[in-house]
Amino acid sequence: MTVLLNAVRPTRRRTAWLSVNLALVIFVVLYGVIAILQPNYLDAALFMNFLRRAAPLIILACGQLFVILSGGFDLSMGAVVTLVVLAASMLIGGDPDMTWTVIAILYAMGLAVGLANGLIVSFLKVPSIIATLGTMLLVNGLALAWSGGAPRGDLPDNFRNLGRLVLKDVPLVGSLPIAVVILVVVTLLAWWGLHATAYGKRLLAVGDNPRAAELAGVPVKPTRISAFVVSALSAVTAGILIGGFSGVSVNAGRGLELQAIAACVIGGAQLLGGRGTIVGALFGALSLFALFTLLNLLGLPQALRDSLQGLILIAAVGVTVLRYRRST
Amino acid sequence: MSVNATPVAMTRRGFRDVPVPVVVIALAALIYVTAAIVTGQANQISAAGLTGLLQRTVALGLVGLGQTFAILVGSIDLSVAALISTVAVLASYLMQGDPSMIVPAIAACVALSLGVGAINGVLVAYWGINPLIATLSTGLILQGLLSASFTFLSGSVAPSFQALAYQNLLGVPLPVLLLAVFALAAWFVLAKTRFGAHLYAAGGNPDGAKLAGLRVQRLVLGAHVIASFAACVAGLYLAARLQSGTPWIGRDGIYDLESIAIVVIGGTLLSGGKGGVLGTIAGVLLFASLDASFNMFGVDAFLKQVLRGAIVIAAVSVYAVRNRGHVA
Repeated sequence: MTVLLNAVRPTRRRTAWLSVNLALVIFVVLYGVIAILQPNYLDAALFMNFLRRAAPLIILACGQLFVILSGGFDLSMGAVVTLVVLAASMLIGGDPDMTWTVIAILYAMGLAVGLANGLIVSFLKVPSIIATLGTMLLVNGLALAWSGGAPRGDLPDNFRNLGRLVLKDVPLVGSLPIAVVILVVVTLLAWWGLHATAYGKRLLAVGDNPRAAELAGVPVKPTRISAFVVSALSAVTAGILIGGFSGVSVNAGRGLELQAIAACVIGGAQLLGGRGTIVGALFGALSLFALFTLLNLLGLPQALRDSLQGLILIAAVGVTVLRYRRST
Repeated sequence: MSVNATPVAMTRRGFRDVPVPVVVIALAALIYVTAAIVTGQANQISAAGLTGLLQRTVALGLVGLGQTFAILVGSIDLSVAALISTVAVLASYLMQGDPSMIVPAIAACVALSLGVGAINGVLVAYWGINPLIATLSTGLILQGLLSASFTFLSGSVAPSFQALAYQNLLGVPLPVLLLAVFALAAWFVLAKTRFGAHLYAAGGNPDGAKLAGLRVQRLVLGAHVIASFAACVAGLYLAARLQSGTPWIGRDGIYDLESIAIVVIGGTLLSGGKGGVLGTIAGVLLFASLDASFNMFGVDAFLKQVLRGAIVIAAVSVYAVRNRGHVA
């Protein structure tokens, strides 16, 4: 760091790379411990299975990253996941022919929630943490009111396969879950959108300094709204996968929004905008999921997940704060 | 919701000198009386009905008073819901129905809450972690430890402690008096003491306050300790009211979001430095009368959640929409 202090850009790039590295190192260490406890986690098939179960969290983290980079938070993701799972079960009602129509409807719902979040934040000027907490209550309440608190209906196999089918005897990798294919496609799309387009640069500019971005001609409001839409659509995708492998439950999405934020932060994203990468979010989510897997293997109570997540959030943000302080 | 929004905006333009709390209280009364008349339950507009209404305000009002301090100083406290649960469970666990344990149990709860407040304050003021993330995380840590250690109801408060929540003094329920006393004390501290003036200064312009020689970090710490203490009193009240605490009492009551909402509805700026206790009390009255009206109309529990989410957003936007700049 000290060697590069005279050049600003390389330093910043280096810190971003450092934080990706940090998440990568955490993930490798955690997965190493898992592999020591359960050596079969080193099998390609089990690793694919691990990726399959981590896929929703990674997809959520990629979506959340868009909002975080734009300077906000999206706390309504978990509620959208719950809505998707409940709505899918009720709309499909076990009829396999309905699957693709219903998936389209689900994405339309996600679009509506994302637009609502974005419009409330951009035009009503409600801080996103309160706005999305509000829509979280609203969407959760709607999902529960619609299903009457006890979901009816069943998900047909062709819907559930998106989350749970594993293709066997695929060349190179052996077994390949559909969820992992979806995961790769979504991650690549998110990476492209954020790091290879002018839109991605605008998003970063808006998160860094909205006033400056506005003066530079960036359409601040549409950019910010689009971030919330991306986030909500990724929540729909994650919800479809979760419905696929865990089935219908009214708690399907509880707490996922915080996990997604934690994943981004572990991956080096700066809260309130301006810095972060998809690769960081990817490894942040993998680290978090490896940690949860490890807790399960150690037989610790599920509830401690929350506590650990709190500690990680504080540590991750705290480290960023200290590093920032040192560099200024 | 637009029905709520217009009168406030219009009144403010027409009678610019009418303070926000008065407008909000008038609105609350209007809603309550209209609901009572429309649903043909005019008997709700009586001393008994109003006492019931006031009783509903106690828990949220206490939390809101503490939240007012945190918000005024430019911070926020999202850990209150988890703290309320922890205090309620701890109180009933320590008492186990034994009157001689009342004082030690209360002492333990107060000590715990002061500790949590101090941790929040240190994380926010001295370490410089974003208050939303810091307090969200301490809340997560508390909630995780709590749910991991108490999966079912354990113990109950002493009968004589429970009686406190149901007794009347001069025809007024004791809890309502408690809230009144705390509100007066909070008003006195904010309006009449040097500490209060410093809080406003630190919240309105931290850099200026620092240059003027105020110890801003210490003020933020103090505000967080007060916020946690208020949540502790609310938790003790709920434990007394319900005989025993459950680990979800705070989360189910959405005390974190609702306490912020009533503070903001009362005219306190989310960015700090402007507002006060009177507004918070007016805000809690508005929420209580809305809640009472929902009950009179017999709104379904899930739908009530939807309406709450919408109302929080609408209420905050009434103030936020006048913002000129961008918010995140």
